[in-house]
Amino acid sequence: MRLNRSVREGLTDLLLAGPATAVMVLLIFLPVGIVAVLSFTDYQFGAASFRWVGWDNYRAILADPFGRRALVNTLTYAAITIPASISLGLLVAIGLHGLTRHQPRLAAVLRAVYFLPVAATLVAMAVAWQMILHPTLGLVNQALGAAGLEGPSWLSDRALVIWTLAAIGIWQSVGYNMVLFLAGLAAIPPHLYDAAAVDGADRPWDRFWTVTWPMLGPVTLFVTVVTATSAFRVFETVATLTQGGPAFASDVLVYAIYREGFVYFKAGHASALTMVFFALVLLFTALKFRVLETQVHYR
Amino acid sequence: MIELRNLSRHYGATRVLDGVSLTLEPGRFTALLGPSGCGKSTLLRLVAGLDRPSTGQILFDGRDVAQESPSERNVAMVFQAYALYPHLTVAQNIALPLAMRRLGRLGRSPLGALSPAVRRTRATLARDVRAVAELLEIVPLLARKPAQLSGGQQQRVALARALVRDPSVFLLDEPLSNLDARLRIQMRAELVALHRRTGHTFLYVTHDQAEAMAMAERIAVMLDGRIAQVGSPRALYERPATCDVAGFIGAHPINLIPGPPEGGLPPALASGQPAPERPLVVGLRPEHLTPAADGPVQGRLDRVAFQGDVQVLGLRLEADGTPLRATAPPDWPAPDAGSAVRLGYRPEHLHLFDAAHGTRIANPGEESSCA
Repeated sequence: MRLNRSVREGLTDLLLAGPATAVMVLLIFLPVGIVAVLSFTDYQFGAASFRWVGWDNYRAILADPFGRRALVNTLTYAAITIPASISLGLLVAIGLHGLTRHQPRLAAVLRAVYFLPVAATLVAMAVAWQMILHPTLGLVNQALGAAGLEGPSWLSDRALVIWTLAAIGIWQSVGYNMVLFLAGLAAIPPHLYDAAAVDGADRPWDRFWTVTWPMLGPVTLFVTVVTATSAFRVFETVATLTQGGPAFASDVLVYAIYREGFVYFKAGHASALTMVFFALVLLFTALKFRVLETQVHYR
Repeated sequence: MIELRNLSRHYGATRVLDGVSLTLEPGRFTALLGPSGCGKSTLLRLVAGLDRPSTGQILFDGRDVAQESPSERNVAMVFQAYALYPHLTVAQNIALPLAMRRLGRLGRSPLGALSPAVRRTRATLARDVRAVAELLEIVPLLARKPAQLSGGQQQRVALARALVRDPSVFLLDEPLSNLDARLRIQMRAELVALHRRTGHTFLYVTHDQAEAMAMAERIAVMLDGRIAQVGSPRALYERPATCDVAGFIGAHPINLIPGPPEGGLPPALASGQPAPERPLVVGLRPEHLTPAADGPVQGRLDRVAFQGDVQVLGLRLEADGTPLRATAPPDWPAPDAGSAVRLGYRPEHLHLFDAAHGTRIANPGEESSCA
């Protein structure tokens, strides 16, 4: 017996989307739910029981100077990294896109160079950065010394460390953004530039604002979301280079979650931090989609 | 007046344009007609200033424009894919060329609204946009984005954007090829009316000979990067300069029948009229070859295609099996395929071409002043 056609199509859909959905519910939604529940308890790993503490964990994060510190550091890091790596990525992409026409070989080499940090693991790269930024032996301070300047302690100066980490974050994400922007630039129909030239927008600045920037809208939205979420998730550089130090000057949310949860085993506290982190990322993403989505797809 | 002098354009070893000279008279509607890949779009881009010739000169009213950008040449152009800015409304799209000319960078930015002078200029822009929108009947669309418009509406917006300023020449690059057949016919008439009303010089690129014939006052036929012939639609149809032009012009492809090597007309066609004694190719349009009871041409019918206003006949010459196309009035009683059919033509409808070079030879039946 053959099943009704709509039933068969329904089964096909279920077969295709079902397993992934089930795994997602099991491995993402369910744990998030458990974490949300745990964030209202004083549960510790290995403990036999726990107590409901209501909003205490959240209050502790905001009251505790260290908790606030992680939040502020994360926001600072994001505020530096997001705009810088997007605008640098765009600049490099426009440069390479133009260069491809005259010097395709050189452009390909440069593209690979810019993309290398994306392909390399950040933990391994962190070792290299540690050597480069070493206060006395590092390449940076040696160069500064040769120029007659005294280089600061990049990773152990409390005021400087978050900027240093942000610079490494930018270095790491520019290549990725560049590749996305390059794809976006290649997709701009050339006849729009012709139309702009005929209409009088033929100098680079006018071309950019008349055609390039508006046409890159959807790519820019995507790049912004990806860059922002990865900025909020900063962890590897902190864990390998500073461990949140000196004196929590480079403590960030994800590193605090790791420390509270897996070093001090305060599952309740770590869960509350996770929920704050989660809310932050969700809020940021939702905001961007609401504000930008309507403006970039031109419908 | 726009003069193209001996223009060539090559990309590497590929020669796209080869010594093209053409004069566009002011206020005339000229069509640049040729098959795809013949270089006609390249020529249009050279005139626009979007591309530069490898050699040769372009003169606008006697002035060499080699160093001038498209906007300095003040050309207006309508693109095949319309090329509207998707992020701007219809009104903003049309206003852009004016804003680029009349407002500075600051005036175009949102800050510009603070200056009374800029506000006044913007008000005149809005008036000009509205006037051209009324001309093209797109006033209700002014607030929409291009994605919300049909192909025909986008076409009108593209025309409005080109017309809103007073261009030196109006360049159209196959503007109707993305429209459906009915709309295309309607837009042809509108473009001709627009040309008459505005009095601008039009250069219209197309591969569709019916479009060029219907719209243009002058047609320049381009084949393989050269101008093969320039003339009125009637001149191109009645006195094509070469075999290739004859093959390209006309709704039904012309019959080109080689004559005997010793010269004269092909015996299967001849009805005793005089002909030059040299190797010939004879052209005869299907619309001039019709069934006639006492006609000199004997053919065998292969197929009949009824097209409403005409029947197109596919035949073979009885003598040597050469395929031929002919036409018959719609009420002609078509015999079965395989039947013998006699066809006739008027001698003045024969086009004689030199067999070696494909160039036209004056037909003894036409007046000698035809060149």
